[in-house]
Amino acid sequence: MAVQITDANFEANVLKSSLPVLIDFWAPWCGPCRAMGPVIDELAAEYDGKVLIAKMNVDENPATPSKYGIRAIPTLILFKGGEVVEQITGAVSKSSIKDMIAQKALG
Amino acid sequence: MTAALYLLRSGVSVAFVEKLSPGGQVLMTAEIENYPGFPKGIQGWELADLFAAHLERYPHDKYNDAVTAFEPAPGANRVRVGDEWITGKAVVVCSGARYKKLGLPDEDRLIGKGISYCALCDGNFFRGQKVGVVGGGNSALEESLYLAKLVANLRLIHRRDEFRGCKCYQEKVQSAPNIDIEYSSVVRKLHGDNALTGVTLADVKTGEERFLPLDGLFIFIGFEPVGDFLPDGIDKDPQGFVITDTEMRTSLPGVFAAGDIRSKSCRQVTTAVGDGATAATAAFTYLEQLDA
Repeated sequence: MAVQITDANFEANVLKSSLPVLIDFWAPWCGPCRAMGPVIDELAAEYDGKVLIAKMNVDENPATPSKYGIRAIPTLILFKGGEVVEQITGAVSKSSIKDMIAQKALG
Repeated sequence: MTAALYLLRSGVSVAFVEKLSPGGQVLMTAEIENYPGFPKGIQGWELADLFAAHLERYPHDKYNDAVTAFEPAPGANRVRVGDEWITGKAVVVCSGARYKKLGLPDEDRLIGKGISYCALCDGNFFRGQKVGVVGGGNSALEESLYLAKLVANLRLIHRRDEFRGCKCYQEKVQSAPNIDIEYSSVVRKLHGDNALTGVTLADVKTGEERFLPLDGLFIFIGFEPVGDFLPDGIDKDPQGFVITDTEMRTSLPGVFAAGDIRSKSCRQVTTAVGDGATAATAAFTYLEQLDA
């Protein structure tokens, strides 16, 4: 299962992470986010120890989405060394997320 | 999901391929009020979850990725899912439809930065702000009514001087205090660097252009088929939807189509379910003849 990130632990778990971090910004009332859920959990298992795959509920954690200018969900942001290296908005397939991870996180 | 359910119940071995999670556009719909058996309405995701739970009762192979290629061959069709090829004696295509884009420069760049195709998903980010909605059909009117409860002001931008959508929605939209309607208008240009700041509206009758400041723009101008992977030999209508007969048979033997991907006039959950059952029955008959 993907790790849950909150506004409170964002800095420690994401910005200061030694691994690249992919965060899925989602909300329970968002259909496309629900569609992405199982894919994100599968990726969390596949990249265990290589990339931290995480989720942030934007309803419960408004500060971080606002800081990164998120105005649509689902949005995926890939962080490396505390910096944003890639952002995808909207539900996308597992293959396209894996391509992005291969190029931007592990490449 | 219905096609898979019927085939599984007939004892056929099924590989179920889903790009995301089961439900498709049903997941993007807030409330479904016209599916029989739910007199109080049901949330789109709840109905999708119930369909998926029903299918789960019958063991089958699941593939959670997009179809990238499809090589038809009678009795041995090959479908590529992610990095893997699956072979099937028959294929039922249920890939559905997705929202259409305006096709303007900067549209892709501003998705998630003010441009949206899902009011339910993104409406909350525009609470108390000024947004535009493009379209004039049922989706545009329905989504406008939902958004109007959240935003300060909503401009409904429609290229004709009357709506196509249902009268019941038209009346509600016209009487909503914070919805202003821009008839006979089209969006010509999107403005904004890191976030949408507004649009250039053009009057389709006079050609006159003006700037309209907006924080968000929601686009509901219809749907297009999800069929990038479809083989060249399959018959399609001019919009790219797959042509079938009443048994859901396509122009290729052993290839069936069901739901929104089909060329038809009524795209509803109810009709998709009916198509799925019909396609499964036709596919089962085809398999029996193939093995006879």
